[in-house]
Amino acid sequence: MSKLLPDDVKEQIRQILSTMQNPIKILYFSENEGNCQTCSETKELLSAIEGINDKVTLIEKDRNTDKEDAEKYGITMAPSFVLLDDNETYKGVKFNGIPAGHEINSFISALLEMAGTPIEIDEATKKRIAAIKNKVNIKVFITLSCPHCPGAVQNAHRLSMLNDNIEGEMIEAQTFQAISQKYDVSGVPKIVINDKHELVGNQPLETILDQIEAL
Amino acid sequence: MLNLNISSSPKPTAFTEDKLWDLIVVGGGPGGLNGALYAKRKGLDVGIIAKDIGGQLLNTTDVDNYLGYTMIEGEALSHKFHDHLKHLEVPIHQDKTVKSLQKNNQDFTLTLSDGNTLRAKTVLIATGGVPRKLGIPGEKEFSNKGVSYCTTCDAPFFKDKHVVVAGGGNSAAEAILDLAQWASKITVVHRSQWRADQVLLDKIHALDNVTIHLESQLKEVFGHNVMRGVKAYDKVNDKDFIVETDGLFIEIGNIPNSELIASLVETNDAGEVIVNPNQQTSLKGLYAAGDVTAQPHKQIIISTAEGAKAALSINQYLNNDYILKENNNV
Repeated sequence: MSKLLPDDVKEQIRQILSTMQNPIKILYFSENEGNCQTCSETKELLSAIEGINDKVTLIEKDRNTDKEDAEKYGITMAPSFVLLDDNETYKGVKFNGIPAGHEINSFISALLEMAGTPIEIDEATKKRIAAIKNKVNIKVFITLSCPHCPGAVQNAHRLSMLNDNIEGEMIEAQTFQAISQKYDVSGVPKIVINDKHELVGNQPLETILDQIEAL
Repeated sequence: MLNLNISSSPKPTAFTEDKLWDLIVVGGGPGGLNGALYAKRKGLDVGIIAKDIGGQLLNTTDVDNYLGYTMIEGEALSHKFHDHLKHLEVPIHQDKTVKSLQKNNQDFTLTLSDGNTLRAKTVLIATGGVPRKLGIPGEKEFSNKGVSYCTTCDAPFFKDKHVVVAGGGNSAAEAILDLAQWASKITVVHRSQWRADQVLLDKIHALDNVTIHLESQLKEVFGHNVMRGVKAYDKVNDKDFIVETDGLFIEIGNIPNSELIASLVETNDAGEVIVNPNQQTSLKGLYAAGDVTAQPHKQIIISTAEGAKAALSINQYLNNDYILKENNNV
């Protein structure tokens, strides 16, 4: 644990998470079969977060043996985890791969907002988000050394928290090389909407919204 | 490793108050942050509007020319700057940009990306720059399909591959050193001679997988779906050559982010804002610092220094000119 979360960072996270309002759950899917590259360190990070704040409960599943849950939450790779709110509802916030490096920021921000911290988006934009009726999947490919990526992940997750039709998933490109190659990712952040519409770079939320509205 | 960048301090509410700020700083890079720091210490009511904290520092892996640090990560340095401002309780409106800026009589009105407006007696523009593009055929087509402007973001995709780096300044040199940890081979193509610091060049020359073409101009990026290579022109031997490569990292300097005020102030041909020795633009009450200005040396320490100069000049302006004018109006 000392390797992943040094004491000073742990203390910082403790302070930040102290403003969490509601209890939340992290539903984490590992993979005992096969060769899960980053499962152990992902679990280490999530366990550490659970230990820091008692409003966080970590539940571990195996994506191969807990098939029903894996299917319910659309888990296709491991490590992967979703956040559930205080009603145990999945709002579409998913992380595929470890949110370490720069991505710790989108992870902490998702925890806070899932636990009831108001999302800072103006009312007009919130109305636009609420009006989306189609099913939307947003994939955000990232690398852990990318300083511009957490903003893109945060935007995708905020959209999904504000509309049940939208799912936002982070995909750590180095761990999931095959899927990254499938989507021709060689620059990050890369945002893919409904598997075909691509945006490159950390686009403002409004730009992502424009693209979704044009679907 | 974790790069935690979230503040535990409550979100600033100062920006929703209807008030006339002494100074609004636009930009969260070294120039803007240091400007705000100096202004705060002078007792000014100052706030920062920033897309991010650190600005172009975030694109820099290692900084080894900032006095006091033999080597520090760009982001770590930006955290130190941020901590300093938090200590002084300077309100920062993060993830926001300024859409428009107007001067009415003496004061300024800023309209933010979220539609809210702010009023300020003075404004410091420290909006930095964005990476300059080569402007050659294929560059746009293969952008993020091999062509990259962020080495720290995209280097991992080029593990054991051959990449080309365009540029010969410090940013290019640092990109080469970053990429050397991933790529199997690096070819440098630069249109003139090296401008990078000798300490960086010594490190590059010690690498055995770097080929260097100086006095060579990139002409085209080619490929099918993904990039396959580049065409360049060797000026000395007057002939074209082809480099088959998986990636092109472009590090040829920056374009100033001066759009917001370009129609209000004097700029040079490159679009950089012209300032006087006190960092004042041609419009009274409006100041600029850092890479957005016409000063030729784009360095962290120079941007921070310009921020300081701007803040001190702003303080003087508010104490002398601003109040005098206000009294005259009465």
